[in-house]
Amino acid sequence: MTAPPVVEFARVTRSYPGPPPVLALREADLTVAAGEYVSVTGPSGSGKSTFLNLVGLLDRPDGGVYRLDGIDTAALPDADRTALRGRRIGFVFQSFHLLRHRSVLENVKLAMIYTAVSRRARTGLALETLDRVGLTQRAYARAGHLSGGEAQRVAIARALVNRPSLLLCDEPTGNLDSANAAAVLALIGELNGAGLTVLMVTHDQQVAARAYRSVLIKDGVLR
Amino acid sequence: MSRAKRMVPATRLSPLDVIDEAVAGMLARPGRAALTVLGTLLGVAAFVTVLGLTTTVEGQISNRFTALVATEVIVQDTADRSDDGPAFPDDAERRLTALNGVHSAGVVWEVTDAGPLGARRPTAPEPGEDVKVLAASPGYLRAIHARLAAGRIFDPWHDAEHQRVVVLGSGAAGRLGVTWIDEQPAVFIGGTPFTVIGIVDDVDREAGTLLGAVVPAGTAEAVWGAGTGARAIIDTEIGAARQVGDEAPLALRPEDPGRFRTVTPPDPRQLREGVDTDLGTLFLALAAVCLLIGAVGIANTTLVAVLERVGEIGLRRALGARRRHVAAHFLAESGTLGLIGGLIGTSVGVAAVVAVAFFREWTPILQPATVLPAPLVGALTGLVAGLYPAWRATRIEPADALRR
Ligand SMILES: Nc1ncnc2c1ncn2[C@@H]1O[C@H](COP(=O)(O)OP(=O)(O)O)[C@@H](O)[C@H]1O
Ligand SMILES: [Mg+2]
Repeated sequence: MTAPPVVEFARVTRSYPGPPPVLALREADLTVAAGEYVSVTGPSGSGKSTFLNLVGLLDRPDGGVYRLDGIDTAALPDADRTALRGRRIGFVFQSFHLLRHRSVLENVKLAMIYTAVSRRARTGLALETLDRVGLTQRAYARAGHLSGGEAQRVAIARALVNRPSLLLCDEPTGNLDSANAAAVLALIGELNGAGLTVLMVTHDQQVAARAYRSVLIKDGVLR
Repeated sequence: MSRAKRMVPATRLSPLDVIDEAVAGMLARPGRAALTVLGTLLGVAAFVTVLGLTTTVEGQISNRFTALVATEVIVQDTADRSDDGPAFPDDAERRLTALNGVHSAGVVWEVTDAGPLGARRPTAPEPGEDVKVLAASPGYLRAIHARLAAGRIFDPWHDAEHQRVVVLGSGAAGRLGVTWIDEQPAVFIGGTPFTVIGIVDDVDREAGTLLGAVVPAGTAEAVWGAGTGARAIIDTEIGAARQVGDEAPLALRPEDPGRFRTVTPPDPRQLREGVDTDLGTLFLALAAVCLLIGAVGIANTTLVAVLERVGEIGLRRALGARRRHVAAHFLAESGTLGLIGGLIGTSVGVAAVVAVAFFREWTPILQPATVLPAPLVGALTGLVAGLYPAWRATRIEPADALRR
């Protein structure tokens, strides 16, 4: 028996009622197998974030079928969608979304308070994960004092700490200079090399080129 | 259940983590938290102070206002015209004890012309001791709660038969050298011999009795004639004193109750109500206003926090927080603000009560029933204040929140 694809999109549609009404994603089909590194590229406003939010179960489609790890998500109640999101998906955002007043360690541990990791196990797991992104020595720094590159690596550690089956990145290098962007992309490539499935949306062709497969999106149409 | 339920356990948020997150959220903006806490702090402090001062003042009243005072009625003869004859009828004691709520009663007056008291028949070189002589009906000694060191007190028979008997107060007995009454020693009052039948060593009222000699009223009238300035001392049940005071003059002289003036204890309830209405209502209203202002402050701060932290809320939802977890988080923040205000407010209130009591030389009395729940009143205020912001937080859609 082969494992089901991590992401299976079939004719997934999402429109915003507006005004003005926008058909942000039209009958999108996409399959991402376990271990793949797929990028979705398109200009600003083409529907990339809409697409990623649907994959991340942060939003519900108007129509179509979406299976995550073989689980049909359409019929799921909110609680189950939230559980899948918290345990199976790691998010990396353009603007990091760190809690600036808390330490790096606390920011990583935050991902574990909802997934029932015992309080005793959290520090160890967080430090291990910070080691993977090369930030152990900054564990007790305030998140607000980090450089952009460091902040994004903390966000990646936070996304990894629950051992998700899918890493979703929305313009992960959008707020970084080229050196830091390269470091973050190298890290993501490394994680994929270790077996993590990665789906990244970006408007940057060079960033998209790092993926093994690139999909284009334009006016809500995926190709 | 759904397949996902089996494969993916639901996310959760433990109470300990809620508290951790709430405290961390507050500490992120300590100045704002401190200002927000102020209203609740003042409200709870005012509540504790008012309630504490009320119980303290009540305590002072009931301290001073012992049961002893509350159960004593004194009936005085207002006439200085001795030609009107004796104010109290011979059966005054019976009339008074017949009233509802009277334990015991007795008529007493001081015999002013009895002459000196001596353990031996008076002779020129030994004039005897100048001891106060009291004429009393038998109920008097019971009404003042006389306790005997030795012997007995006289009874109605001694009184009716004009027996020459005397009960000595311990002070008088000491001065006369009478310590031993088994052999029925005699003392001489102005030359007349009286048999000592008892020695009283303690009383609750009319402490002067301990320094005097008490003879039956009937005997005193027979020996020295009718007295003046007679009073009746009545020992009543608790709560009956005022009623007895109203009825006693009428029972004694139905035809001329105005001859008497009664002294009754003040009504303790009136005093207490006086305290309540004087400062209680005003300050309790003030405390309620403070609490309301505190609640509005917390509601406002928490709502601002929700609006400022839309991104954080979206992130938490992405990490697995359900709507109810987000609500719990913000309720915990507002509740913690309220609880801190409540705790500090309670301390301030207790300190205020103790300080006032110290300067007034009162005993501070704080009821656990008011002090212990006071911090919880603060916490409850915070929780209620957090309801609307928490609800707003649950309405935030994670996809929108994370776009920012
Ligand atoms: N919440 C929303 N309500 C209405 N329109 C929206 C909303 N979110 C996105 N859109 C519209 O949908 C389209 C796709 O947006 P988005 O997915 O954010 O694109 P991208 O991430 O590629 O820049 C845009 O035209 C945008 O204005
Ligand atoms: Mg976008």
